[in-house]
Amino acid sequence: MADPVKLTIDGRQIQAPPGTLVIDAAKRAGIEIPAFCYYEGLSLQAACRMCLVEVEKAPKLMASCTLPVAEGMVVRTETPQVAQARKATLEFLLTNHPLDCPVCDKGGECELQDMVFRYGAGESRFTEVKHHVEEKQWSPVVFYDAPRCILCFRCVRICTEGMGVGALGIVNRGVLSEIAPNHGDHLECDECGMCIDICPVGALTSGAYRYKTRPWEMEHAGTICTHCSNGCKVTLGVRNHEIVRGNNRDHSGINGEFLCIKGRYAFDFFGHPERLQSPLMRIDGKLQEVPWSRALAAVAAKFQEVKGRGGKFGVIGSTRTTNEENYYLQKLARQGLGTNHIDHHRSGDLVTLIDALSGRPNASLATTADLYNAKAVLVVAADLASEQPFLSFQVRANYRHHQARIYVVTEKAVREDAYAAAVVRGGVDGVESLRERLAREPELAILFGASVKGEELRKLVEFGSSLSIPVKYVCLLDYSNSRGAIDMGLMPELLPGCRPSEQPGMTIPEMLACADLDVLWVIGANPLARGQLASANAFAVVQEMFLTETALAAQVVLPASSAYEKTGTVTNVTGEVQRLASPLRKMGTKPDLEIIGLIAKEMGLAPLMGPWDAGKVFDQIRQTAPGYNLPLPAIASGGAAQTAALNGRVAAPSRPELIQSAANGLFESGTLGRYSKILHSVLEGRGRT
Amino acid sequence: MTFSTELEAKFARLLASYPPGRQRSAMIPMLMFAQDELGCVSAELVNEVARRIGVTPVQVEEVLTYYSMLHRKPLGKAHVQVCTNISCLLTGGAELWEQACSRLGIGHKEVLPDGSISLEEVECIGACSWAPAIQVNYQFHHFVTPEKLDRLLASLRNENPHAV
Ligand code: SF4
Ligand code: SF4
Ligand code: SF4
Ligand code: FES
Ligand code: FES
Repeated sequence: MADPVKLTIDGRQIQAPPGTLVIDAAKRAGIEIPAFCYYEGLSLQAACRMCLVEVEKAPKLMASCTLPVAEGMVVRTETPQVAQARKATLEFLLTNHPLDCPVCDKGGECELQDMVFRYGAGESRFTEVKHHVEEKQWSPVVFYDAPRCILCFRCVRICTEGMGVGALGIVNRGVLSEIAPNHGDHLECDECGMCIDICPVGALTSGAYRYKTRPWEMEHAGTICTHCSNGCKVTLGVRNHEIVRGNNRDHSGINGEFLCIKGRYAFDFFGHPERLQSPLMRIDGKLQEVPWSRALAAVAAKFQEVKGRGGKFGVIGSTRTTNEENYYLQKLARQGLGTNHIDHHRSGDLVTLIDALSGRPNASLATTADLYNAKAVLVVAADLASEQPFLSFQVRANYRHHQARIYVVTEKAVREDAYAAAVVRGGVDGVESLRERLAREPELAILFGASVKGEELRKLVEFGSSLSIPVKYVCLLDYSNSRGAIDMGLMPELLPGCRPSEQPGMTIPEMLACADLDVLWVIGANPLARGQLASANAFAVVQEMFLTETALAAQVVLPASSAYEKTGTVTNVTGEVQRLASPLRKMGTKPDLEIIGLIAKEMGLAPLMGPWDAGKVFDQIRQTAPGYNLPLPAIASGGAAQTAALNGRVAAPSRPELIQSAANGLFESGTLGRYSKILHSVLEGRGRT
Repeated sequence: MTFSTELEAKFARLLASYPPGRQRSAMIPMLMFAQDELGCVSAELVNEVARRIGVTPVQVEEVLTYYSMLHRKPLGKAHVQVCTNISCLLTGGAELWEQACSRLGIGHKEVLPDGSISLEEVECIGACSWAPAIQVNYQFHHFVTPEKLDRLLASLRNENPHAV
């Protein structure tokens, strides 16, 4: 490491590594220099002149966002001359600015507003008529109001560099300059809203949030996105018991500033008019609303009766419910109902991976941070940009910031091709042709899709070991708690923590095909969208948010809360456990944890189950599920903790034939996606519904 | 998109004259030469140039909309550019501009219905020493007087863009 450079900023002695920009060196010393165009992690632009500072011996003010530190440099960030320059810059930025702060979405959290307030540039010498352009809608998500734009290029850079999409450009010149979308009058892009989030002013606004509220009228709750397995932290802005905004407000958590369209905008299932708000029971052949007490009593009575005569239960859990709910469910099923017929929809062969990793000292599971830091990344049989948006962002950021080598082995073209060190078109066998190059890497992170399972997966791990370098793996999964469903033992062959079950029960296809099944209990899943229930007399109990195909076939439907109405934890695709916050509750619904607890209570099983309190259940998990004895403060404070490695064989048959990814694209998300208007409108706009 | 063999040869030379990975530097000359051949920069051309130099179409749009010498709509066969910047202004450029407009009955960036002549008021074209100056396609006309301009326009109307 080169010696640090010593310099003085605002009279303080500061050290910084050579090459550090003055603006960053100041920031690290707690001195904030105003900036519009500078944005950490993106290429330099030096377009706005807000960051001007005085540098001793320099003849004029310098832009600190492009000025590297130098030995003995003396910098002053707030002098009358600097303030005067910033004031003049602001006066320029406001020449054509509409100053419609009272109706602008950004009002109250606008960087331009803040700066004008700070430097008091309230007067203007310009008396010319302001140049006005009408606002434009570019997609269901993105609106652009050119007069408010200060041409900082942040949106263009985040889209091109951060997202790898490049959907935005800057057209015309001078006073006519404005941002333009990639298809003339509209956008065709990821609709991630990153450009909107990064815009310092109200020039880019979102279809979901615009004109709904003033920022200070919201309450904020930091929770975890309920869509895909990547587990992004999202701040829900809540007003009048409705969610009006999603963003990652303080950039904390594993995902920093990143969110895809689903985390940012597809919270609208919450308020969908078809949301179930009352229990339903089949009376005279029709599902009719009944009070909770009646529905729960009917379920408990049926469960009791079937249990009493040794009948057959089938329990199907969810890939979106919390770890606590999953744990509680399997406990009630196994210890209360006495059945091992419990399963969930499997989207990746994690079990085989854990088994194959045992006894390999140089192999482990990667975290999302590893994908940003690994010297080399290999993507096998997966379209990250479409199906694993945050992981794709991490890998791209790793390439941009650390020049990591990215290797791609996929059947079809993927976004990673554009910056990959090598691309192989074909199946997983294609990794062989990369052997020599990969073996020269100091370390490697391998991400693989659902099609790599069973023996093929074992071969891949064997290949990884044969490279004789440290290798970390990510087994890609579908939903927000697909990983937790495995870990909590929602599988007939596995108990929590991947311990084998002594008497493996039926899998989902076996339950559905079982002609004498007495009870089918489904929690947040829709197996009948794909399969048929063979048993004509099965009593189906369904906990759901909507009347899905499965709910429509039920005897009793219990309206469940969504993840945004729950407390508890979820485990993302890389095994990182994070906490949900519940800013609100849909009237009439109950969290699945409570529903399961109430059924148990009705059956007289409350002492066995313990209270339906997420914290208490997590204590049980910590004690019984290997890997989950995690540091609580990390999780409780809104961070993530990776589950510990199991380091041992998983003595149960893996069932690769049951693994099938839903392969949700950017605008799909299973049942929740079906009830998200914003995802629909994007798909409709592209003629894909 | 296919171009004439001459243009293809020009493109090939251009693309070879930048170091590997810097082919995007050929964007402006490619657009200029293609515009000369096709009469304007069409959406199809934008996509084609983007593809050949490995950028997105919107990146070509950025350049295309920045430079006033690149045009989306076809110009006249003779594109008459009258300079009204400082040297020409002092020597009668503004009057020449007025005269051209009224004789042809068209204005800035407009084209005669028969497509023979288009008109544009331009900034300094680098001919200050011989002001007032007018440029027709790539040809310069120096020390232009009202009479010279009339003769020029008349000859251009005879569909002979290079005659003076
Ligand atoms: S929504 Fe995302 S992909 Fe679309 S233009 Fe904005 S940053 Fe780019
Ligand atoms: S739209 Fe926003 S982010 Fe983009 S250039 Fe304008 S002010 Fe900057
Ligand atoms: S990448 Fe996944 S977890 Fe992150 S916001 Fe998108 S859907 Fe949610
Ligand atoms: S932040 Fe330095 S010029 Fe914009
Ligand atoms: S001002 Fe007309 S050519 Fe320079």
